[in-house]
Amino acid sequence: MDLTSIQSVAHPRARKDLPRWAPEAAFVAGGTWLFSEPQPHLNRLVDLTALDWPALERSPGGLSIAATCTIAELEALEAPPDWPAAHLIGACCNALQGSFKICNAATVGGNVCLALPAAPMLALTAALDGVALVWTPDGTERRIPMADFARGAQRTALAPGEVLRAIDLPISALRRRAALRQASLTTMGRSAALLIATTGTDGFTLTITASTTRPIQARWPEPKPETIDAFITAIPPDLWFDDPHGTPAWRRHMTRRLAAELVQELA
Amino acid sequence: MILTVNGTAQTTAAAPGQCLRTLLRDLGCFGVKKGCDAGDCGACTVLLDGTAVHSCLVPAYRAEGHDITTIEGLQAHPLQRQFIDAQGFQCGFCTAGMIVTASALTQAQRTDLPRAMKGNLCRCTGYRAIADAIAGIPHVGQHSRNAAAPDAAEIVSGTARFTLDVTTPGLLHMRLLRSPHPHARIRRIDRTAALAIPGVVAIFTHEDAPTHLYSTARHEDARTDPDDTRLLDDTVRFIGQRVAAIVADTVATADAACQALHIDYETLPAVFDPAEAIRPGAPILHHKPGSRIPDPTRNIVGRIQARHGDPETAFAQAPHAEEITVEVQRLQHAALETHACIATVENDRLTVRSSTQVPFLVRRALGTLLDLPTDRIRVLAERVGGGFGGKQEMLVEDICAFAAWHLRRPVQLELTRTEQFATTTTRHPMRVTAKAAARADGTLIALSLTVLANAGAYGNHSAAVLENACGPALAQYRCPNKQVDATAAYTNTVPAGAFRGYGLSQTLFAMEQAIDALARALGIDPFEMRRLNAVRPGDPLLGAHPAPDDVQFGSYGLDQCLNLVEHALAEHPTPPPGPDWQTGQGMAMTMIETSPPGGHYGESQITLAQDGRFDLRVGTAEFGNGTSTVHRQVAAELLGTTPDRIRLHRSDTDLVAHDTGAYGSTGVVVAVRATERAARALHEKIATQGPLPGLTAIRKADAAPRSLAFNVHAVRLAVNPGTGEIRILRSIHAADAGRVLNPMQCRGQIEGGVAQALGATLHEVLHIDHGTVTNPAFRNYHIPAWPDVPATEIHFADTHDAHGPLGAKSMSESPFNPVAAALANALTDATGLRFTHPPFTADRVWAQLALPITAQPHLNLVDDTDQPALYAAPCSR
Repeated sequence: MDLTSIQSVAHPRARKDLPRWAPEAAFVAGGTWLFSEPQPHLNRLVDLTALDWPALERSPGGLSIAATCTIAELEALEAPPDWPAAHLIGACCNALQGSFKICNAATVGGNVCLALPAAPMLALTAALDGVALVWTPDGTERRIPMADFARGAQRTALAPGEVLRAIDLPISALRRRAALRQASLTTMGRSAALLIATTGTDGFTLTITASTTRPIQARWPEPKPETIDAFITAIPPDLWFDDPHGTPAWRRHMTRRLAAELVQELA
Repeated sequence: MILTVNGTAQTTAAAPGQCLRTLLRDLGCFGVKKGCDAGDCGACTVLLDGTAVHSCLVPAYRAEGHDITTIEGLQAHPLQRQFIDAQGFQCGFCTAGMIVTASALTQAQRTDLPRAMKGNLCRCTGYRAIADAIAGIPHVGQHSRNAAAPDAAEIVSGTARFTLDVTTPGLLHMRLLRSPHPHARIRRIDRTAALAIPGVVAIFTHEDAPTHLYSTARHEDARTDPDDTRLLDDTVRFIGQRVAAIVADTVATADAACQALHIDYETLPAVFDPAEAIRPGAPILHHKPGSRIPDPTRNIVGRIQARHGDPETAFAQAPHAEEITVEVQRLQHAALETHACIATVENDRLTVRSSTQVPFLVRRALGTLLDLPTDRIRVLAERVGGGFGGKQEMLVEDICAFAAWHLRRPVQLELTRTEQFATTTTRHPMRVTAKAAARADGTLIALSLTVLANAGAYGNHSAAVLENACGPALAQYRCPNKQVDATAAYTNTVPAGAFRGYGLSQTLFAMEQAIDALARALGIDPFEMRRLNAVRPGDPLLGAHPAPDDVQFGSYGLDQCLNLVEHALAEHPTPPPGPDWQTGQGMAMTMIETSPPGGHYGESQITLAQDGRFDLRVGTAEFGNGTSTVHRQVAAELLGTTPDRIRLHRSDTDLVAHDTGAYGSTGVVVAVRATERAARALHEKIATQGPLPGLTAIRKADAAPRSLAFNVHAVRLAVNPGTGEIRILRSIHAADAGRVLNPMQCRGQIEGGVAQALGATLHEVLHIDHGTVTNPAFRNYHIPAWPDVPATEIHFADTHDAHGPLGAKSMSESPFNPVAAALANALTDATGLRFTHPPFTADRVWAQLALPITAQPHLNLVDDTDQPALYAAPCSR
């Protein structure tokens, strides 16, 4: 929609051109969320796409995903055969409520920075031990594990003025075996629970998203169903997300059920 | 900036926060539609350098230096022909986006159309016709009864003009400041800061508004609805009620002025629950003498109490009785075109171009409001992007016309999708108790309905909805003892209004479950139960009035509908998806009167033109109901020509003297009847006088005598008790539509009605928290998307109505009505439990299945012990 209060758009081509942060300004990448709701408190956009970051960079250490990489670009990645966890990429792109046309414009960074509990890129990057590279307003950088990136529904660990530059997925995570489960009230709809389990030499890792207000991750040397179920049932009540896409009680139930399925699948 | 649009370089300027869609529409690409403005509906889809995107989400500045292809640029694409041949549309508002999206699909995407097309919403069709279009399966035949829609070529090329698809020089824009309080008095308005903004032309508040009271609901007889509404009021009664109207040179300026306008409110106590609203001591919403409110001191805006026979004694002595109480939720019509209009004044005459089902009734209301004779007002609707009853209201035309008339300048008002969800009319939420009693052989001896409807803050259609909710639901059964006790109450919530089914879907949800429960308790097959008890020709129609209804059996196809559905259901007993699933089947029926009571009039004028073609002028509107097609088809049949030789002109108050409009399923039985008569008259003239150009016949039609149509729906489903998920295995519908004039179109109409009903049963609910609508967007109010809609098998009874045009009957609202009850009955069959609170989302179904038996509603565990119950006990879980 037209954002009628916007007075100007900055197009920084390099980090030094980034304008000083102001509460009336917003960073825009794909724009698929920003332009989907009225933003009367904003008067300025800072378009990050002008920085022209390479979307995907593969290295022996893993995969680096630029914040401005579109979900469609990520989905099109041809992963090497020794990345068994790479099938999660397609599955998470498919878990987006929006259509393939949204994937054509929406970015990985935008999805995680919006930090909706159902954000599938949060699930993907948290489950694959992603680490966010963040540009801080003072000109330095810091790193945030993706499992800690979202602090709640639509709240992130980013401080005002910080820019998500990229998310790095380590090769060790991509080499794990992995499985995913999704629950939704509607066919191909918004996730009410999106769980990813991975298993490797370092144990069994469960990442719970969408059913909780923020991703919850835990790792065990051995996937014992009772232990994992006890872990889930001990999640504090206020962390179970409540919105029109599913009641907290059902999300909790589905999380237990799907976690048990994941344990079985990766056993 | 320079961009290329459909191969032509364009130099233009983009506002900083502008989205690509408005830029393209400013460049004249009106095929790029605004449906949701949020990337959910896909009506604005374009290709950006060949990649499909939702243009409402693309910052316009990003188009600089790029190639844009809109529907207008897809010239002679094979898909366009395919959409015509399959008639892959009804209202056509979503079609351009559908075609552009489909044109961009890869081979792999075409193998999974539900996924590929899930970002394109259609409210009319149920997607089957669109799937056929993409697959290239044709249905249209020029010489068959499947005549094509007259606007098909324009719709698939993006050139069909909907309400705002015009350029108006000097156009001003209106935005509405809306109440943040559910109930408040406006103490003071400070316009200073808002008026100081450059570009603000006018601000209208209650201080400027006439004191005249009216109803936004539109009926042939304006006294049907209470006069409880002022153009702008000094008291607001729901969150979202308009407080001020700001007119400015741009939408952005009007938005800024809305922010700068200061309103001082004195908040008042509010009431949200209709049961509380009718209790003594509740806040009273309307003190308006002469407004035809039955009991303003108790917030009662609709009341029906009627009885036939001696229901108390019958229930007391009945060997078997079942009672069900349901709570049916609030729904939004979710037509893809929001309410919108453009009002202009030229030569002291007002013209309102609007998205309305009732142009003549809007004209009449504007005449009263502005104190103008109707010949100085013209209201027209070229093509309306979906209605479903929501546009049998005057929700934008009054304020927009008022502003244009006072300013003598053109003004446009377009509601946002959020406004559409949060502030326009909805289906009436209802609490309904249905009780049914029978003898051991299944013969009904008593029926009762108790209804409490939530009218919202203004009465609108509430009284009439209550009538239609109760009448046919009781009248469809032959039974000597009946009673109805129904109330509609004001509350401080968004007003309810006319919605497909007009109250009947809510009451049938209870009644058809009560009949089902009775049949189960007696060990009688549910189809047999209807055969035994449904009305037949010769029976009196005893509904919500002391006297029998004025309706006549012009034909009767219920028996055929029951047989068709029963036989279809018995074939192919589809297996469940897995061992964890429980399966069940259920059915329900509906009867509707083929037009509403209170009068309904149509008028058609047909002229033999110089070029040998015919000009057909009709008053009625086209919003996807398909009557345009049938007007041409019937005229062609009677004049011995082909539909393409009939030029249709429609829904413009300058065309004919009067037409009530398109509501109450009257498109065929009233409006087309006028065309039938006019065409017969012209045919006679031509036969006697020869084919003289200019020969004209004008004929009127009314709704009398009203006839009856029937629909039967059955569902076979599977439910997974571990997750609560429901899967529809079979969806079967039979319709008694009289002679089906255009089977392709009637099938589409039924599929669309069933799909809308499945959404209403499985997903949709407008959530309200202390008067605030909390899910005013498609992403949170889930209308059926392509992946949600199962195939529905459609069957037609073979009947010919004595009263309808060429033997036809209505078939627009009624397919919606029985679906929820059929699905609920199937859920009961699968689980042994009664489900009374739609929508049946997995979380709710799971929660109910997880409840202990003692906490289940409507489980008559004691009385049934000596009966051969169809299911002995609730299933193990």
